[in-house]
Amino acid sequence: MTGDWFAHGFFCLALRVFLTGAHLRLCAVPSLLVFALTASAAESQRPVPSKSGIEFASADIRALQQDDFANPGMLWIVRGEKLWREAAGKESNSCASCHHDAQASMRGIATRYPLLDPGTARLINLEGRIMQCRERRQQAEPLRYESEELLALTAYVAHQSRGMPVNVTIDWQNRHNFEAGRALYYRRVGQLNLSCAQCHAENWGKQLGPETLSQGHGNAYPAYRLEWQTVGSLHRRFRSCLSGVRAEMLPYGAPQYVDLELYLAWRANGLTIETPGVRR
Amino acid sequence: MVARVQLPREAKSGEVIEIRIAIQHPMETGFRYDLAGKPIPRNVINSLACRYNGVEIFRAELGSGIAANPYLQFYTLAEASGEIEFSWVDDAGERGSERASIAVVS
Repeated sequence: MTGDWFAHGFFCLALRVFLTGAHLRLCAVPSLLVFALTASAAESQRPVPSKSGIEFASADIRALQQDDFANPGMLWIVRGEKLWREAAGKESNSCASCHHDAQASMRGIATRYPLLDPGTARLINLEGRIMQCRERRQQAEPLRYESEELLALTAYVAHQSRGMPVNVTIDWQNRHNFEAGRALYYRRVGQLNLSCAQCHAENWGKQLGPETLSQGHGNAYPAYRLEWQTVGSLHRRFRSCLSGVRAEMLPYGAPQYVDLELYLAWRANGLTIETPGVRR
Repeated sequence: MVARVQLPREAKSGEVIEIRIAIQHPMETGFRYDLAGKPIPRNVINSLACRYNGVEIFRAELGSGIAANPYLQFYTLAEASGEIEFSWVDDAGERGSERASIAVVS
């Protein structure tokens, strides 16, 4: 009996798919069809189920991340909180002079990055936004990418969104950045001729030597990596991966990296932010 | 240099309390070379002491085998309300300190 019902269900489903396909093929607006196809093709590129990198980590690393005192990344959060209140620049303004209490004003901000900067119409990540704010609003000496100060501030701002799901939207304005990021993700690079996707989309969960391949999400960054013995940005992680496949590394803050960051954020939509994460 | 100290705010007299400290420090081993091939001089926190109301209750000598951003944890008896103060010095001569207070109720 139940078997019959299953068969019936499958038949209906197959019929529906067939009919939808037929309907789409007859569709009068070809652009709509293309959009529908690319959207569904894009959906299938998200890993199912979506798993944060911490789920692939060993028990001791998970414990280290969960303990807010032992987590070494928290030292950068403390540093970032101090910097948030520290006056700098011509008008000697601090971040807090305009944004007040970060716990309220920065809550949920990191979930939407990278986003399109309305002023320059360029895609900008959290680091970029902080650097821009510092130069234009505070008129202070710029922070170098991957400097201790910028890492601490970025980690502090991202930390205010900890536990909130990544939530970037792809629309007509940032679609070309998204496509560029996706193209990078699937491009084979380096002497080992590997793409990001070959490890993190097609083979996650499998072993690469002693390492379990993760899905390659950026939701814990800036994160404390034991290999680095310090906190590093997502761009540093990109550079590590590129160096691993013997490819040419782009400089920190390269627009290609920010595009890739957008693709990764879209791919990680729904995963909660863990900054400061702990990784191997 | 940022440091964090964690201990219970309040404890009963004679209670065993857990004290934890984490210090942001590169703990440079002295075995590494920079991009130009020049050896990076050793710079580790070589000694750390903890005083409870002025009396030393814990001392540690650290070396290049300790990872960056050292984390230490130990236990002591809560005897009297007051200050618990850590102080340390690294090979470059930089000193740091951090304190926290505890209220002991009988």
